Parts: sequence; structure tokens; C-alpha cells
Amino acid sequence: MSKLSKEKIEQIANLARLELSEEEKKLYAKQLSVIFDYVEVLNEVDTEGVEETCQVTGLEDVLRADEADERDEETKKKLIAQFPDRVGDLLKVKQVFGE
Amino acid sequence: MLNELTIIQAREGLNKKKFTSVELTKACLGRISERNGRINAFITVFEEEALKEAVKADEMIARGKISELTGIPFSVKDAICAKDRRSTGGAKILNNYVPPFDATVIQKIRNQGAVLLGKNNCDAFGHGASNENSMYGPVRNPHDEERVAGGSSGGSAAAVADNMCIFSIAEDTGGSIRQPASFCGVAGLRPSYGRNSRYGIMPMASSLDTAGPIAKTVKDLAIVQKIMAGRDKKDSTTVANDVPDYLKLLSQSIEGMRVGVPEEYFSASSKGGPASGWKGMDKEVRAIIENRIKGLEKMGCEIIDVSLPYTKYASPVYYLIVPSEDSSNLGRLDGIRYGMQAKADNLFEVYTKSRAQGFPEEVKRRIMVGTYALSAGYYDAYYRKAQKVRTLICQDFEKVFKKVDLLVTPTSPFPAFKLGEKKDDVLSMYLADVFVSPAAVAGIPALSVPVEKTKAGLPVGLQVIGPRMFEGKVMQLAYAIEHDN
Repeated sequence: MSKLSKEKIEQIANLARLELSEEEKKLYAKQLSVIFDYVEVLNEVDTEGVEETCQVTGLEDVLRADEADERDEETKKKLIAQFPDRVGDLLKVKQVFGE
Repeated sequence: MLNELTIIQAREGLNKKKFTSVELTKACLGRISERNGRINAFITVFEEEALKEAVKADEMIARGKISELTGIPFSVKDAICAKDRRSTGGAKILNNYVPPFDATVIQKIRNQGAVLLGKNNCDAFGHGASNENSMYGPVRNPHDEERVAGGSSGGSAAAVADNMCIFSIAEDTGGSIRQPASFCGVAGLRPSYGRNSRYGIMPMASSLDTAGPIAKTVKDLAIVQKIMAGRDKKDSTTVANDVPDYLKLLSQSIEGMRVGVPEEYFSASSKGGPASGWKGMDKEVRAIIENRIKGLEKMGCEIIDVSLPYTKYASPVYYLIVPSEDSSNLGRLDGIRYGMQAKADNLFEVYTKSRAQGFPEEVKRRIMVGTYALSAGYYDAYYRKAQKVRTLICQDFEKVFKKVDLLVTPTSPFPAFKLGEKKDDVLSMYLADVFVSPAAVAGIPALSVPVEKTKAGLPVGLQVIGPRMFEGKVMQLAYAIEHDN
């Protein structure tokens, strides 16, 4: 694989919601190219008609009743205490829709 | 010294009232305060809480309410949640995170009255093979402090090896229990995927993650694994199979057992070897392992040369599937509901800056690799292709386990390397996983048991791999190897 362009790296970082420094962009452009070259070897393998392995347990259709678990007050308080920013018991976030 | 005891020895001493859990806990805490500044095996130590738990455990013992782990001090990898105990996962984005719940496997152990000493250092979210990707500094190997403890569960392995705890609970996605166990000279078990609950483990690659014990002996592993195992309704990938009495299995004879030696792992060159660019394993490691294989033959095992032809694809498969699932799982860490939130002008920047400041380099690299591999136009070429080759790797093992009961290999191609030695060479670091990732990709159980040390005094681990749900048999052979002197 040819070296990933700076634009491509910026596009991936944007999708991944990661702010990267100019130095990191250069580093990852180089390293991602090395890594994707490394995995290129998989193209040698004939996988015609081979099923994908998405899970290894063989379990099928694990169902449960669609019921909410009871949460005690104490757990609720502890969860709210983790909010980085809040108004009362409500989680406070920045404006969702841009100007 | 009490902190040097195994679970079996500590249980006996506590039951016979030779010492109390408070004394045992103090011995471990004393060792931690003496050594952790140097070894860095713990990110957080819960001195006060641990002593309170020990007092409670002593009361339970006095009342005769005794389970296997009552009053036994243990530690937990920081990527596994413990109720009301700071759990960072090795990353600053969760620097102040205190889970309001226990991971199921931790709850099972704490319910017995085991004493939680602290949370062990690890590569952030399990990303690494040297523990140098922790944002709380690397762990030093107790056998040579200039060397790495391995990763990602380096803190757990070093804490057990340095007698800072009696045992530790860790997590293995692609070798993160076995490789550090081998580097530190302790025993570590990766159970079959689905055997132990993953609920409460900070997810890395959901289709590979497993929780398992690191301990001083195989017997201790058997005790802890029995407690950890079983179906959990909070993890729908756990299986309902009966959990055998692992301890009982250990004393059974291994005579007549068919033990396979996979030729790819022992190949001296890239051709037919376990990875591209392969130049063979360390000579001393090879001699030690081959000698142990001869020992198995003397104990009545039938040694059979076998082939796992897709071995060399396991590492590339691993390094596509894991970052892909990683990048998706780590999407939840965005500085909004919990964890560190960066100062920013708008919502988009809250995400991008919190993640930039809260993740170390390797985590960002994996998110970048995974995001690219899963992005439109590349999914089929990378992730789907890897999942197909994964099937062939699983079939390799299925076929071989028709001919043999178990496989033996070295755990790592080399002993612990120097701090900083591989830090900037991504691929060479990835190759440290070459013997441990295939079993992980296939979801089968594997264990590392310490054997001899190298001339330089570095521990070497032997890996036993077994068919799905046969962790009992894996431990049985490892126990025989441990006692073959």
C-alpha cells in the first residue's frame, strides 16, 4: 500500500472524533501504511465460499424478557456523581446543533 | 513471609488460625509500599478499605463461614471494573472513574470475602505487549527491573511475581494474561471465550476478550477459575456448560495423553514459520521448551508433530479484528457521561479534545487503524476478509484436536525484553504476540506455566493450548509440567 495521504488521515481522524497534532498525523500516516502492508498477506488466502467467524460459542438467539432492571437510589446517585458537568440531576452538554 | 504464600497455603493458615486475614493483608500492603514505587504494578492501592475487608473476613472465618477465598488478598487489572474503587483502565480519560458496580467475575470473588488490595497497572485498555502503553508509566519486571513485565496485564503478573498479592484477576484478548505471566515467571490462564463473564470488563475486542486468573501455581489457577466460571445473564455470550471440579482433574494421570507440537511455531525461518519476517525463536527458549517436551514423553505422553498451516495469518487477522472492534468499543469514551472532559468551545471539540488528551498513542493508533478498516469501501477488504481467514484458523485447531488432546508451545518467542527496546517499532511489538494470538482468535483455552529460567535469570513460560471448554485438561497437563522436576 502506498503511504496514506495527510487528507486521508485527517478524514479518518474526523470519523473517529480524534484531534491529532501535525506530528501525530505524520506518524500515523507512516505507521498505518506499515500496518496495512503487514495485513496485506491475507490476500494470499483463498477464502472463496468460507463463512465469516463472527462468534465462536455457537450460541444462537440468546433471548431475555424486555424488562428494565431495578436501579437503587444509591447507584443512581453514584452515576450522576460521575457526570463531568450537570444541572441538578441532569447531564449538561454543549449545544448539539451548530450555528 | 505471609505475602509469599499461595492460595492453598494461605487458606490452610487462615483455617488453622495460624494468622489472620488482617495480618496477611498487612503483609501484602507492606510489600506493596516497599516495592510499588519501583515496580509500578499498581495504579491505585486501597489500604484502608482492604484492612476493613480483612476485618470482616476474619469475622466470617471466626463464624465458620469460610469459602475458598475468604480473607485472601488479591488484586485486579485496572481494565476490569470494581465497585466503588477507582478503575482507570490505564488511561487518563478515566482518571477519576469510580464504577458503581463490580464486574461479574470480581463480584463472585468478593462475595467469598476475598480482600481487594488495589488495581493493577496495564497497557491502556489492554493495548500492548509491554505495559509501556499505560498512561501511568510502565511496569518493571521483578526479575530484572530494566526489563518489561509484558502486557497488557503486566501489573497483575508483576504483583503476583513480586508477592504483593496472593493472586490477581486479569484479562486476555490476544495474550494479555499469558505473555506477562511468562515474562514474570507466574501462571496465567486464558479460559475459553464464553466460559467466564465479560460483564464489567472494559471492552477491547468483544469477540475475543476473556477474563482469567494469574497466580503463583496451577492449583491456585484452578481454584480461582472454578469461582469465575459460569453463565451470566448480564453477558449473553456466556455458555451454560457445567463447570467441572478443576482441582480434582489436576491429580489425574497424564499417561497416554496425546500432546501435539505445532511445527510452524518451532520453524527457524519465515518459510513455514508463524509470521512473515520470522527468524525463529530465541535459542535458549527453544532448548528449555524442547527439554520439557522430552519430559512429557518420559511421563508417558505421546508426542505428535502436527501442523497448523494458517498460523502465519493469525497475527494479521488479530491486528485487523482487534483494532476494528476496539475503535467501535472506545467510541463510548467521549468525555460526556463520565471520565475526563476537555475544555472546548463546542460539542465536536469536547469529543475530539477529550479523546486526544485522554488516550495514549497506541490507543489512538488502534482507533485510527480500526476506523479505516471499517470505513466505507474498506470493510470487505479488511474486516470481512479477516473474519473469513479467522474461520480457517479455527478449523486448523478443530482438525488438529482430532489427532491430539492438547498442544504445547513456548508462550513467547523470547524472554522479557528491555524497556524501550521495541517501543517505536510497532510491528516488532506486534510479533511478541505471535504464539499467543492464534488461540485467542479461535476462542480456545490456553495457559502459561513457568518452567526454567534463562542463564540471565529471565523466566520462560510454556504454553498449553486445548480444545474449547477443556480448560480442565489444559490445567491438568500444566500441573504435571509444573511438578516435573
